[in-house]
Amino acid sequence: MSSNPPSDKQKASEQAWAKPTDHLHVEHEMPSGSINLTVQGRQLTNPLQGFGQMWQKTYRIKLIAPRVPATGKAAMPQDIIAGWKTNFAKFWPRGNDFYAPLTEIQPGEVAVLNLKGPGGMPLSTGIRVIYADDEQFSFMTPQGHMFAGMITFSSFDEDGVYAQVQALIRASDPAYEFFFKLGIIGKMEDEFWAATLKNLAEYFGSTGKVEIKTQLVDPRWNWGAAKNITHNAAMWSGIYTVTAPLRWFGKKSGEKK
Amino acid sequence: MANPQLNLTVRTPSSNVAIIDIQGEVTGAAETPLMNAYEEASKSGARTIILNFSNLEYMNSSGIGLLVTLLIRVNRQKQRMFSYGLSDHYQQIFQLTRLNEAIGIYADEASALSAAG
Repeated sequence: MSSNPPSDKQKASEQAWAKPTDHLHVEHEMPSGSINLTVQGRQLTNPLQGFGQMWQKTYRIKLIAPRVPATGKAAMPQDIIAGWKTNFAKFWPRGNDFYAPLTEIQPGEVAVLNLKGPGGMPLSTGIRVIYADDEQFSFMTPQGHMFAGMITFSSFDEDGVYAQVQALIRASDPAYEFFFKLGIIGKMEDEFWAATLKNLAEYFGSTGKVEIKTQLVDPRWNWGAAKNITHNAAMWSGIYTVTAPLRWFGKKSGEKK
Repeated sequence: MANPQLNLTVRTPSSNVAIIDIQGEVTGAAETPLMNAYEEASKSGARTIILNFSNLEYMNSSGIGLLVTLLIRVNRQKQRMFSYGLSDHYQQIFQLTRLNEAIGIYADEASALSAAG
């Protein structure tokens, strides 16, 4: 093993990447009314651990004359990423919440998501921030999330400033894959990220048209991951929701004693 | 996007093994050269593809994503993928992203070649 001091690139890499952990821990307080149900104790899943066909979905917007809100100066890719990291939750479409411990996206953070699932059912799941630097940041999903995979948020200058969301994902289990094949989940994803990118653009005083590119990476189902269904966050969130009256009665009974 | 600061060379120490030597940065911009290197490595009929990370300078999350898509191509060709030369830091990243469950990690070229058979 080399005894040379770490290079600048190595130091930068060590700051940008999260440390590994066997299971996720939610260490922050959750707001009243939010649901933290299917994140604690779960493992992260990359696309190889999912069930469904593997897709790379790229959502991209070319920002027209973006400006840094505080200064009015022309926004460069690093400004876009800085603003995105600081205001990440604010750009999400209404009805979908991102609960994180810190005000800015940082490597290692575990965030709880309360989403509008298929049919408007509440879905509680999460993500972990695995990477964050000045040019991009990435999440990985836990067991039970609709997707097993990674999603990367980036900004770059390519004859104009772009903001991009790129997901390399598989439906986590056969149930999610079924809804994905029906077009329900895919449509939700497309609308979600298109709305997010438009909200981001608006923050920078800009507009743009969202382009969506979909690429099938692996058409095969990963039958070894079918058992992931036991972690299905939509299922557990649904059970939690319909049993709410039972918990209410239980609480009231406890108060009377 | 910026051109990758990446240099890839392919070696075939035996008829069923190919080694891709990686020097520089593996980021999203490395997709084309990495896939081209894989095509070249596969031409020889290699059943095992070994990635040599000894001279890796930097890899970001897009680079990890590329390794996943490369692994899918390897698996579809019924090949295996091994690696060696990962620093402790990048071994932790493989552990973080659970790539260590899909790509064999070896201490050096000799042990990777021995495992390849």
